[in-house]
Amino acid sequence: MRNPQLNAKGELRHLLTIEGLPREILLQILDTAKSFLGVTEREVKKVPLLRGKSVFNLFFEPSTRTRTTFEIAAKRLSADVVNLAISTSSQTKGETLLDTVDNLSAMHADMFVVRHASSGAPFLIAGHVKPHVHVVNAGDGRHAHPTQGLLDAYTIRHYKQDFTRLSVAIVGDILHSRVARSLIHALTTLGTPDVRVIGPQTLLPTGVERLGVSVHHDMAAGLRDVDVIVMLRLQNERMRGPLLPSAGEFFKAYGLTPEKLALAKPDAIVMHPGPMNRGVEIDSSVADGAQAVILPQVTFGIAVRMAVMSILAGASA
Amino acid sequence: MNPVLPDAEALVGELVRQLAPRVTPETGMIGIFTGGVWLAQRLHRELGVALPLGSIDISFYRDDYAKSGLHASVKPSQIPFDVDGRHVLLVDDVLYTGRTVRGALNEIFDYGRPASVSLVVLADRGGRELPIAAQHVGAHVTVPEGSMLVLSRSDGGVLTLQLERNA
Repeated sequence: MRNPQLNAKGELRHLLTIEGLPREILLQILDTAKSFLGVTEREVKKVPLLRGKSVFNLFFEPSTRTRTTFEIAAKRLSADVVNLAISTSSQTKGETLLDTVDNLSAMHADMFVVRHASSGAPFLIAGHVKPHVHVVNAGDGRHAHPTQGLLDAYTIRHYKQDFTRLSVAIVGDILHSRVARSLIHALTTLGTPDVRVIGPQTLLPTGVERLGVSVHHDMAAGLRDVDVIVMLRLQNERMRGPLLPSAGEFFKAYGLTPEKLALAKPDAIVMHPGPMNRGVEIDSSVADGAQAVILPQVTFGIAVRMAVMSILAGASA
Repeated sequence: MNPVLPDAEALVGELVRQLAPRVTPETGMIGIFTGGVWLAQRLHRELGVALPLGSIDISFYRDDYAKSGLHASVKPSQIPFDVDGRHVLLVDDVLYTGRTVRGALNEIFDYGRPASVSLVVLADRGGRELPIAAQHVGAHVTVPEGSMLVLSRSDGGVLTLQLERNA
């Protein structure tokens, strides 16, 4: 069966998950994003590719940062953008997901950017919309957040060039993290030989090794000589749940301090998808330190989303 | 029946002669990927243009995006000088329909408002679909129907014009 994200010519027409995408497509997105980065530094930060197209940001789960970066990316491609926070409107009146999509399609949407608490919701929408409509997954449940995984990969490539010589550590709550899952698929597809996940047993999914990563419960061993450290956000609700004793205990064991950072290579970069909890997963002096590339990640994220949207919108059914 | 194509290296020399009186310390030069950048690199060096060379990839400005999608390998555009108020030489290898130049002009204007833009091409093969003309032309070339006129560059940097069958 054909990958539902690709058309008959093998071009990307929906971006739902990085899992199963060919390496060439990931590289095409990263290369195209590099060209868009230049656009965002010009006097006129806009190109006319999506002129006359309508992009609907369909957010069934609250998000400010991701929605804003998608909105800016679409506007820099000259698209018209409509933002819908659905949790506060028709769903509370009982409309089904696909009815909502049908209604918006009748308003001539060309692309849906979807965030949903349920894993798989963007797949359902992609299977339902007309052939000329494109779907981008902006995060579904615990499953995938492909544009975040791609912008993380872009950031790593920007600072470290060659994936095939790198050691990358992903630290924290892997269990609930769609960011971690998408990044792991991106890194393994791009040929990264050493991907490590580090966290307490309770926050690591069972069988995570099958994704091609090694598992560590101890930062001292896990961070040894890595080139890249990706810290994940510890969500507030997890700190109160049964999975962890307390935020303070977590910071002691897994928070990234200057001392723990010193275990990595001297030129290692520190990434974080945001928003950060200072003093929970990352020490302020590390977050603001010379090795942190957390703000460049945000800038690269816009170029990566411009690349994804322009590649999708240019692909036929 | 293939016509005899002009020697690209001789045309470079012809363009250098034409442009030499026009180049000032304030002249900006921009090549269009890929062949136009090769030609612009030669002209830039042989004319001793003071400002660094600009290069643009017009993939984000193509008028056939809706039909053909985005090109798989887009190169980053770079104009390392201020376009505002400047006389700009825009360089491409072959002028045909004029659509590439239209895209390039749109892109340049997103960097600023030049005082003027002059078009420099190695070869003009006619067949315009837009009201666009080159101010500096190496040669006018007749191209048989169903063929494309393309510039190639050897490892040693020698430029050659060739005919290719349309895909």
